[in-house]
Parts: sequence; structure tokens; C-alpha cells
Amino acid sequence: MNSIYRRRVLVNRVSLVLAFAAMAVGMVFLLWILSVLVFRGIGGINMAVFTEMTPSPTGAGGLANAIFGSLMMVGFATFIATPIGILAGIYLAEFGNRGWVGPTTRFINDILLSAPSIIIGLFIYAVYVAQVRHFSAWAGTMSLSLLAIPVVVRTTENMLRLVPASLREAATALGAPQWKVILSVALRAVGGGVLTGVLLAVARISGETAPLLFTALNNQFWSADMNAPMANLPVVIFQFAMSPFENWQSLAWAGALLITIFVLTLNILARTLFVPRTS
Amino acid sequence: MSLTDGSALVTSNETSRYVSQEQQLATLTRRLALQRVLDGLFRKTTLFFALFVLAMLAAIIAALIYGGYPAIEKFGPGFLTSRAWNPVTHEYGALNAIYGTVVTSFIALLIGVPLSFGIAVFLTELCPVWLKQPLGTAVELLAGIPSIIYGIWGLFVFAPIFAEYIQPFLTRTVGAIPVIGELFQGPPTGIGVLAAGIILAVMVIPFIASVMRDVFEVVPGVLKESAYGLGATTWEVVRNIVLPYTKAGVVGGIMLGLGRALGETMAVTFVIGNAPKIAASLYSPGNSIASTLANEFAEASDVLHVSSLISLGLVLFLITLIVLTLAKLMLAQLAKQEGART
Amino acid sequence: MNAVLRPAASPASTNVKISVKNLQFFYGSFQSLKNINLEIPERRITAFIGPSGCGKSTLLRTFNRMYDLYPGQRADGEILLNGKNILEKDQDVNLLRAKVGMVFQKPTPFPMSIYDNIAFGVKLYERLSASEMDDRVEWALKKAAIWDEVKDKLKQSGLSLSGGQQQRLCIARAVAVRPEVVLLDEPTSALDPISTAKIEELVHELKEDYTIAMVTHNMQQAARVSDFTAYMYLGELVEYGVTSELFIKPQRKETEDYITGRFG
Repeated sequence: MNSIYRRRVLVNRVSLVLAFAAMAVGMVFLLWILSVLVFRGIGGINMAVFTEMTPSPTGAGGLANAIFGSLMMVGFATFIATPIGILAGIYLAEFGNRGWVGPTTRFINDILLSAPSIIIGLFIYAVYVAQVRHFSAWAGTMSLSLLAIPVVVRTTENMLRLVPASLREAATALGAPQWKVILSVALRAVGGGVLTGVLLAVARISGETAPLLFTALNNQFWSADMNAPMANLPVVIFQFAMSPFENWQSLAWAGALLITIFVLTLNILARTLFVPRTS
Repeated sequence: MSLTDGSALVTSNETSRYVSQEQQLATLTRRLALQRVLDGLFRKTTLFFALFVLAMLAAIIAALIYGGYPAIEKFGPGFLTSRAWNPVTHEYGALNAIYGTVVTSFIALLIGVPLSFGIAVFLTELCPVWLKQPLGTAVELLAGIPSIIYGIWGLFVFAPIFAEYIQPFLTRTVGAIPVIGELFQGPPTGIGVLAAGIILAVMVIPFIASVMRDVFEVVPGVLKESAYGLGATTWEVVRNIVLPYTKAGVVGGIMLGLGRALGETMAVTFVIGNAPKIAASLYSPGNSIASTLANEFAEASDVLHVSSLISLGLVLFLITLIVLTLAKLMLAQLAKQEGART
Repeated sequence: MNAVLRPAASPASTNVKISVKNLQFFYGSFQSLKNINLEIPERRITAFIGPSGCGKSTLLRTFNRMYDLYPGQRADGEILLNGKNILEKDQDVNLLRAKVGMVFQKPTPFPMSIYDNIAFGVKLYERLSASEMDDRVEWALKKAAIWDEVKDKLKQSGLSLSGGQQQRLCIARAVAVRPEVVLLDEPTSALDPISTAKIEELVHELKEDYTIAMVTHNMQQAARVSDFTAYMYLGELVEYGVTSELFIKPQRKETEDYITGRFG
């Protein structure tokens, strides 16, 4: 009895120490990555980053065109993906329980949610870029919106499922048509939650590099033409970081810090600001 | 069953009350008919966009087959087993990239799964209540950091340290073991398949850990309490109650992580070294499907080169499709079993 | 049940508002209402009591065809409202629901302002000017005896009210559409005793203008509030009569067992 017990306690202690160590390792990496980002990035951040164009390997400059390009593409992509995602999510939550369309779409949406983003870029290349024969910001926008749609679909469906049946019944009992029950009552009750999904989608696409590599490509200069290649933060970071030039590398770190701050802020906002209100 | 005496009962016939309102009723009926039309339209609109999502998958596969057709036609199934990758001689094969993809993902899981498991156990069973929320959020935030950040960190921070200390150490220790030692030979450059696998591990850990934590939290409290009530230790509860209960979900979470690792581009491209070859040592540079695409696609001009790259993409998509489908089925099984028990 | 009651005390002049004939109800293949026959008098309160699962809520939800929302649920037989069978296919369910309002067990304020909660239903059927709508909202809130408590915060969210206030808001919302019948599905089971008393008082006043059918699991409530009471058990209507008589002198053994607490 005693030896058995002692052995059990020992095994327990060892495994718990290991679990603790795993957690510690995870946290060390988090702090390591974040602190390196801050230390290396903060030095590169100054007004020029926001006001000047990406420089030549030897010149000085900033990331203004890349920041602008990222905002444009992420903005348009969100604008396109939000209505599509919400409407598809409504179908899944409200009509998609019977037949094959609902369950199949739900399954495929979940697959697309974790599908490699570079494949989405390849897809847009094949169906759009290769057809019009030039890279463009629109192509980048399309691939980003295809990445955002599954996120919005998933959260919209999840949120609508939190709406108690009694609320729907109460609106139906007044004789309200179904579209009004869904849009003015159910969706409104969890509007904050759906907005969370949109924020998470924005967070996800703003750091995406792979799908932009061969859709929006890059542009050394200021361009607001959505039909032409457009600079964007992730691709600039990629190119500058892989280069041997010191000024480019330091701009890459500055850009990396900016993106991380942006993405983490969105994530935290999404988690704290909007908690679905269902009572 | 009548309440009142039949003879005294006046069955309510209120049509008279409505005669004056006939006009009004007609308008109302029209409005309601319109609402029914709107209902139908609304339903069809949402259905349209659901079908849009549904069609996306088929469209992706079709577009990749179409784009990759010249290569598929030229090389046939041999594309999958050929190690050639030469834009000059127009010879292309997928084996190098497939090897790199599989090996880096395997290394990532080898390192990532035990660590993720430990983190999940810590978060669900050991963590003091006040730390649960912040630590859980920290792990989720880690999962939200763009992968390019892991890549740039890997290239500039991790690789030098890896080359300076860890690689020589591994060569001295594990490298001395026969057979396995072969994997840890060569010049310590800090860049290569092993480094890529490790960066990938750092990237998928938060992801797998948060899925595992969610899955562990599905276990009903009473079940754990009754085991604790018998005097079981925390580890025994995890080992004998939590794990068997959540088996399908845990495997599903790992598969999801695998799906991510296979298709990850930026975290790998920075540190894998980008050389189309298969070497015995994990120290040597290599290539994954995603990194090949990231490096070569924008510059490829030759039709066969482009279509070979698209075919590589198709291979990657099909592999991840299978892995993710299995993951989803596993997780669905846990949900079903969960439903059956309650 | 064949026993036809002829309670002497029943007001002979009462019109029948809803008449249920040979009603069967199915959840899929499970029959949850068996051959229900009863008549609900106009401008009176009819209470439905019985153990949970007896079908009382199911019966109530056939009066506005709420079950239409759920596939696999089906009603056979006849339910005559003003002499017209509402179970017929060509019945416009939205029009039916304009005439038959419903209030639920838990308060269900919509996620919008108090004012908009009331206006929501009205707008479905009528085009009113702003001032007409203001009047209607005030009228409905007064009817539901909540005007004094909310008149200064009509723009606030309906969710900001207390549970009892929310439930009166829901009653106001139902009344605002000017229905003929109001269905109450255990309207006080989620409320504290004081709120419950207020609702009961309100229900009593509402019967001046509306036919009220109320499901309650609380026998005292049925005894306090209703004019007629129906006792249901296992999907059947066991006994139906004037409330005072049913509680003092039940005709059937099962009813007596239930109301004296010898049951379940």
C-alpha cells in the first residue's frame, strides 16, 4: 500500500511539474517573441514610417504606401466579406438544419476556415490574375475576403444559435414575418457577437502574407489604383526582411511591430468589448 | 365538452364587425402576402450565399486542376514521385517539396503536441483560478499572431542562437547515436528543415493547446469529482478520465494543428533555406510546398513552371483537405458522444 | 371525455370565442393531444392546469399555430376562432397571430428600446403617423399598467427593465396589436411573488376587453385568477368547468387527486 501510494504521488508530481514546465516554455516564447518585436521594432518607428514611401536599398524612407495599401485591401475585403458571411451564417443557423445544403456547407466552411491561405492566393491567381494578365489590389482584396468569409460565417451561426427560441417565438407570435424575426430581433440580440466575428476576421486577414504574394504583389510607390499592384505591409515585411540591406531590415521590424500591435489590439477588443447579450 | 347550456350558447359570429373593415382587411392581406414574398426572397438570398460558400471548395479544386493542367498532362502521376525541379530543363517533380512539407510538419507535431498537452492540462487542472483567464487569453493571442512574425523572429533571433548553441550540442549528443545520428550532421547554419520544424512547432502550439483546453473543459465536473472522490491524483484523473473521455477531440485538435502546419507559408519560408533537395541531415536546407510557391511563383513566367507550381498547390490542398476532414470528423464524434451522454 | 358539463353558475350570455373540436396533436409520431373538445368563452379567463408534459402548453400553442415553426409537429381536427377553422391550410398565420397574441414563460423583450418593442408589432399591421404611434404606445403601456414606470425612459433598452416589468412590457407589446385573444404561457413562473401579483391583477383587468387563455402550473393562481379551469392529464382533457366548482367539487377522481396534491 505504502509503496504503491508513494509511486502514485511521485508519478503525479512529475507529470504536474512537466505540465507546469510546458506552460512556462509557452509563456517564455510568447514574451521572447513580443519583447524582440518591441526592441527591434520600436527603434525603426518614427514619423517617416507613416509619411514616406518605401525606400531604395540605400535610401531612407517609410512604409506609408504599404500601410495605405494594407488598409485599402483589408477595408474592401471586410466590406465584401461581412454581408456575404452574415447572410450565409443566417442560412446555416435559421434554415440549414434540414436537407443536405446546410450540413454540407457547414462542413465545408469549417474546412475553408483552416485551409492554407496560400492556396486561396493561388486560386485567385488562376481565376482572376491569370485571366486579366496583371497583378492588382483587387485580386489581393478578393483573396483576403475569401479568407474572411468563413470566419464571419462561423461566428454568425454560433451567435444566432445562442438566441433563445422564446425570443424568436415571441416575435413570431406577433405575426412578424420570418425575415423580420431574424434581422430585427435575433440578429440584433447578438449583434455585438457578430461584430466580434468581423473583428476577428479583420485581425486574421491583416497579417496574411501568403495570399497577397501573387495577387496584389507589391509596389515601391504610392498607388491608390485598385487595378494595379499595390504595396502592403506583410509582403513588404517579407521582402525587406529577406534582403541583406540593413535599412530595409529595420523597416521590416517596424512593420512587424505595427502589424502585431494592430492584430493584438483587434483580438483584445473583440474579446472584451462585445459580449453577446442574451437574457 | 361544452361550458354553457347549448340553447343559451350564441356561437360567436362576428362577421358583421368586419364588414365595415373589409377594405382595411384587404389592404392588410395584401401587405401580409407581400411579407410572404419577402420571406421567400430572404430565404433564397441567404441560401444563395450559403451555396456560394459551398461552391468555393469545388471552385478552388477546379481552378487548381485547370491551372495545373499543362504540368499534369506532361508529367502525369510521375509528378508526385519525381525529385526533379529544374526551370532550365523544364523538369518538375513534387517529391522534394512534399518531403519538406511532411517532415517539417512531423517535427512540429513531435515537439508541439506534448507541449500543447502540458499547457492544456495546466490550464484546465492546475492553474489557479485567477490566472486561468489571463493565461488562456495569452495562449489564444499567441495563436492570433500573424505567421510572418514567427518567420521573421525565426530568421533573425532564433536561427543564430540555434546555430551557435543548439545545433552543435545536438550533433555532439544525439548525433553520436547510430542511424538517428545521421539526422543531426552537417554544418550548423541555423537554417534548414529542423529549424523550420521548430518554428512551426512554436506556431502551432498555441493553436493545438487552445483546442485541447476547450476539449478538456467538455468533461463533466461530476465525472472528475467522482474520481477525485476515490482518492485519484490529478495525473490519474487526466490519464484515466479526461483523456479517454476526450480522445476523439484531442486527436481532432492535433489534426487541426497538422492541417495548419502543412499549409503554413511564412513561418517556414524564412528559415527552411529554400533548396529543392532531400538530404539525410535535418540541418540541410530544404523546401516545402508552401515555401516553394512563396519563393518562385511571382517570378515564374514559363507556362510549365507556373502550372507545376499550381499542381504543387493542388497536392497541398488535397493533403490538407484530407487531414482537416479527418479532424472535423473526430471533433464531431466527440460532440456526438458528448450529446449522447447528457 | 364525453362528460359534458353544464355548470349552473355559468353566465349564459357568454359567447364562445374559440371552439376546439376533436383536436389531435403530434410531435412526429408521438401523439401529445388526444381528442380535445372544449369551448373558450369570450372575455373570460380560462386556465389550463395539469402536471408538466400533460399537453397544456401544446394546446395553447395550437391557438396561434406556433407549432408551424417546427417541422414534424402537426395538428388534426378543428379550432374555430369566431367560427372559422384556423387549422385550415389557407389560414394566414400572420393574420391569425394579429388576432391571437401570446406572452411567454420568460419575459422576451426584444433587443431594442421600450418604445420600439411596442411599435414593432403595431408596424406590422398598421401605418400610423408618429403622433398616432406615440398614442398607441402610451395606450398599450397604460393597458399593461407599466406606463408610469417607463414613461420617462421610453428610449432605453427593454432589457434594462426588471423581470416583472419586462413581462408587463411583453403584455403591452401583445396588447398593442389589439388582438382579440391573449394567450399566456405560464406568464409568472419566472417572476417573484410581488411581480406575480401585479401580473395577476393586470390579467384580471384585461379580461374586460380580451379573451384570455392561460397555462399555469400554479393551482392557486388558476383558482385566484380564472373564470374557467381545464385540467389536463397525459394529453387528454380530464375535466373542464367553472373554476370555483372545479376546485371545490371536482367531478372526477383524477382531478381531485391533482388539486388536493395527492398526485405526483
